[in-house]
Amino acid sequence: MSDSNVTEKNTDQLVPVTVLTGYLGAGKTTLLNHILTAQHGKKYAVIINEFGELGVDNDLVVDADEEIFEMNNGCVCCTIRGDLVRILESLMKRRHKFDGIIVETTGLADPAPVAQTFFVDEDVRSKCKLDAVVTVVDAKNVMQTLDDSKEAVSQVAFADVILLNKTDLVDKETLLKIESRLKAINPFAQIHRTEKGNIALDKVLKQGGFDLQHALSLLPEFLENDHDDAHHHHDHEHHHDAHLHHEHGDGITSISLTINEPLDATRFNSWIMSILQQFGMDLLRTKGILNLKGMNERFAFQAVHMMADGDFIGPWKAGETRNSRLVFIGRNIQEKLLKDGFERCRA
Amino acid sequence: MALQSQLMDDRGHSRKIEGSVIDCVISRDGQYLAYVTADGDLWIATAQDKHSPDQWKVYHPHDGGILCLSQDISPQGFLTGGDDNTVQRFIPGQPIQCVAKASRWVEHLTSWYNLKTQQGLFAFVAGKQVEVYKNQDKEHCAVLQHDSTVSGIDFSQYGTALACSHYNGATLWAVDTQEKRGFVWKGSHIGVIMHPYDEALITAMQENDLHGWRLSDGHNMRMSGYTTKVKSLSFSMNGKWLATSGTENVVMWPFFDGGPIGKPPAELTGIPNSCCTQVTFHPQYEMLAAGFLDGSVLLIDTDAKKVLPVCFGNQQSHGSITALSFSPAGDLLSFGTENGTIAVLDLS
Ligand SMILES: [Zn+2]
Repeated sequence: MSDSNVTEKNTDQLVPVTVLTGYLGAGKTTLLNHILTAQHGKKYAVIINEFGELGVDNDLVVDADEEIFEMNNGCVCCTIRGDLVRILESLMKRRHKFDGIIVETTGLADPAPVAQTFFVDEDVRSKCKLDAVVTVVDAKNVMQTLDDSKEAVSQVAFADVILLNKTDLVDKETLLKIESRLKAINPFAQIHRTEKGNIALDKVLKQGGFDLQHALSLLPEFLENDHDDAHHHHDHEHHHDAHLHHEHGDGITSISLTINEPLDATRFNSWIMSILQQFGMDLLRTKGILNLKGMNERFAFQAVHMMADGDFIGPWKAGETRNSRLVFIGRNIQEKLLKDGFERCRA
Repeated sequence: MALQSQLMDDRGHSRKIEGSVIDCVISRDGQYLAYVTADGDLWIATAQDKHSPDQWKVYHPHDGGILCLSQDISPQGFLTGGDDNTVQRFIPGQPIQCVAKASRWVEHLTSWYNLKTQQGLFAFVAGKQVEVYKNQDKEHCAVLQHDSTVSGIDFSQYGTALACSHYNGATLWAVDTQEKRGFVWKGSHIGVIMHPYDEALITAMQENDLHGWRLSDGHNMRMSGYTTKVKSLSFSMNGKWLATSGTENVVMWPFFDGGPIGKPPAELTGIPNSCCTQVTFHPQYEMLAAGFLDGSVLLIDTDAKKVLPVCFGNQQSHGSITALSFSPAGDLLSFGTENGTIAVLDLS
């Protein structure tokens, strides 16, 4: 997947890009202004959409048109944001002027083309990294919005961080209901409750949500979250290999698979590629840490729809459970097929 | 730090500036050299004071960064487009003048001039809209609307048509009547060049290849094999060769004997383990200049395949070559780098 002409860069040198999604009125722009005005000594370039709710007061604000371009393979899910390619390339020529970039999307936007831009475009990849998708939802309207809108469900499913905003407008019981629905759609995201978009910036920025190095730390979180989650599907089945979060009518489920024995690298590669080819359109995010036979290093893997990225991320640590874990978030997830296929990858 | 090579030592001049150079061009009369940085600096050297880079002057035409540069219609002037959504005209000895205001970043500029009739045109891109201006007119003579953002523009041989690349193809507009001819090819087209005798319209694509249309019959051409996106395209003055960036070696496609359809490209020399970033043909001879990712610049004679190194990129501090341009007479070669080196080589 790496290009010999592009020198491998230390990911710390890449400019982090945070993507803010969320429905109109959820508080995206309030959060954006909170990030920009907070005392952190950092400068951000901001790429906003033309339907922004409020003005944004910042030195470097770029109006974007959200142009979704299909790639040449003819697949409708393989899309990128053409405007982002152009704008990021231009901003990177002035990279000493800011520390990070924030991209605000329109309320209806599907986050996938934004994320896929960072997988596909070599110019973007060589200078920036997608840090995280932050989705803002407001406690007052989110239940209705999730009922009404497939896009809103996708934004939650895609998120690394979910800001549950305007929590002062509903009671505690409602909040718990909302949170369990959000977790059912996406058990991997960190959910933070906020009022008026007020949140410590270290909960939103520098999340490393698409950093292969962090893929590992996110996975155990899934199991823990599950453990703490007092919801009905919870029944202490950690000893099982597969873990399925049942859908709540939102059409999105997630599954976590674990194999203790080492995997055959070639077999895993061809299996996962065929899975992504066949079901990628329905798979929003895929992440994994793999224990490949004959390899001393952990192999991290991630995909957005069909676009995948993988690399060795250093040796297993002492005392670390040396197993392979793989999670899928998506629609129409075929648990048995995925589980059986993954198990056939054993070396 | 000076650029070191025998040729630069003997005939070249350079200096270090702040910021990243995004383009350079020499005025129509060959007397002024312009270099622009992404941060918004316009550096001007003159052919006369090229020996003393300390005398080169800097201007700030925009309230913000500069995104593009071209020759003006005037013999000594330049046009710049910026992220303040304006086009500014710089003419030596005169105050900088705002010639157009747009509603988006001005990302591309191009101009055309006829020496005999002294008629000229310039055009710029602001988002999905392209505006065309005639001579020194204050008002545009055409506004061309597109469904997606325009990624590149180029005038035809006689300035009668303007080619615009965009998502899913390119459009060739008649400047006077604004009649358009659409060229459709699915995908994201990221730049365009017209054949110097209007035989073909060529675009670069997001997927590291070129697409083209023969203008006589609209026949499609595909040119592939690149390792990165092709960001620099240049036709030889006689229209025989299209030189391209995007691989280790300079690749030239033949536009004669039925080519490039069914013909392999000529691979010239390159810099091993590097990548060509800029190409520009000499305005008179079948010779081109090529710049590389490692900061090297080569002069390559396309006939004899002779290579003359202008400078080698062994000095990492200069960064890749991001701008490269001959003077109209071909006696000067100017170039600039990612890390802010600007240079001129005297070829007379
Ligand atoms: Zn696809």
